[in-house]
Amino acid sequence: MTEEIAQIAVFTALAAAGATALMLPLGVALAWLLARRRFRGKAIVETLVSLPLVVPPVATGLILLWLFGRRGPLGGAFEALGVEVVFTAKAVVLAMAVMGLPLLVRTARAGFEQATRRYEQLAETLGAGPWRVFRTVTLPLASRNILAGALLGFSRALGEFGATIVVAGSIPGRTRTLAVGIYTYTETGQNSRAAVLLVVSVSIAFLAVLVSNRLARES
Amino acid sequence: MPAFELDIALRQGSFGLELAERVDARALALFGPSGSGKTTVIEAVAGLRTPYRGTIAVAGRLLFSSERRVNVPVRERRVGYVPQDVLLFPHMNVRENVTYGQAPTRRHPYALDDVVGLLDLGDLLQRRVASLSGGERQRVALARALMSGPDVLLLDEPMAAVDLARRRRILDALLRIRDELALPIVYVAHATEEVARVADWVLVIDAGRVVARGAPSSVLAG
Repeated sequence: MTEEIAQIAVFTALAAAGATALMLPLGVALAWLLARRRFRGKAIVETLVSLPLVVPPVATGLILLWLFGRRGPLGGAFEALGVEVVFTAKAVVLAMAVMGLPLLVRTARAGFEQATRRYEQLAETLGAGPWRVFRTVTLPLASRNILAGALLGFSRALGEFGATIVVAGSIPGRTRTLAVGIYTYTETGQNSRAAVLLVVSVSIAFLAVLVSNRLARES
Repeated sequence: MPAFELDIALRQGSFGLELAERVDARALALFGPSGSGKTTVIEAVAGLRTPYRGTIAVAGRLLFSSERRVNVPVRERRVGYVPQDVLLFPHMNVRENVTYGQAPTRRHPYALDDVVGLLDLGDLLQRRVASLSGGERQRVALARALMSGPDVLLLDEPMAAVDLARRRRILDALLRIRDELALPIVYVAHATEEVARVADWVLVIDAGRVVARGAPSSVLAG
């Protein structure tokens, strides 16, 4: 039993870490765009990014299943490259990333909206071009918020259930995560296993939120 | 003597700034009540605010002209700007702040050691910005501005956050910058003492207009 529990815990943590790595570049870019730029369709992008927060996760999973299924618009392209997504570990990472992204974008965006603009202008007066300003001033000044947002996204990914079970299933040793495991074990009457997963799950989430809050406060 | 051409018409919400001055001076002081537009003048020279009409030239270099459609980008203006709140980069130490403007594309006429000596920063270089006093911050910001190789220094109330005892040090540094480095200075003055010692021309600004101009002795006496 312990081996199985350990495998699930490690797999979940790795998948959530992978999802965080996947959402970071996209999330930071989106956060910066939304904080700093005006463009056509900004309201649409804003809404789309936040949608996974309010749409039932199962529905989000269904949309992903359709998009990345063999006959889906994206799944077809991946299959042509020999990559299968749905009901694999990749689908777990994907579902986690989509569900965590809104939290990352919101937190990071607040970092870009804070008082960094005047520091950037000052860097410009010292001769720095746009990329140098972004790299040496904007990003470091927003880094605490970005880190806090990444941790929030990571925590959300750890607990992801609805989208994961639809697009990745609950395949032991392949796609079973903590949340999905708790559900599967409860459904099949393996209550002690479910309880152990529960404790592990709550402990990891507690730590992640604690650290995230501390980072957000200090920034 | 370097010439400042400040022909600026600028709107900022309900506030309007309008002045047209041609000044030959080593150091030009902007004096007047708060909210009168002194800071806006400096920001316009730095390129952080764009006049709807006017011409800005410093030391013979045209930075802005609405008529000739010239608007030199901020990073190419070569201004050593020290805002009132100084804005030292909080995530860098003093040395990193001071050398930030030393990009390879810029000419840098001053060696770090000389600037450090001039502003007496020797002990501060490795310090965190958060640990500096008001006067130290001001000197570090001056050094950062100098190290970027500017054509002009733009200083917004360089002595406002400095206690009386340490103002002398900043004042001496400004005089040495003016005389030894022969760098033109435009600064927003906080007190008459600074105006009298540093400036050779004063513009008194009130509600976005120049209400008096001249040599410090005559303007401050009146």
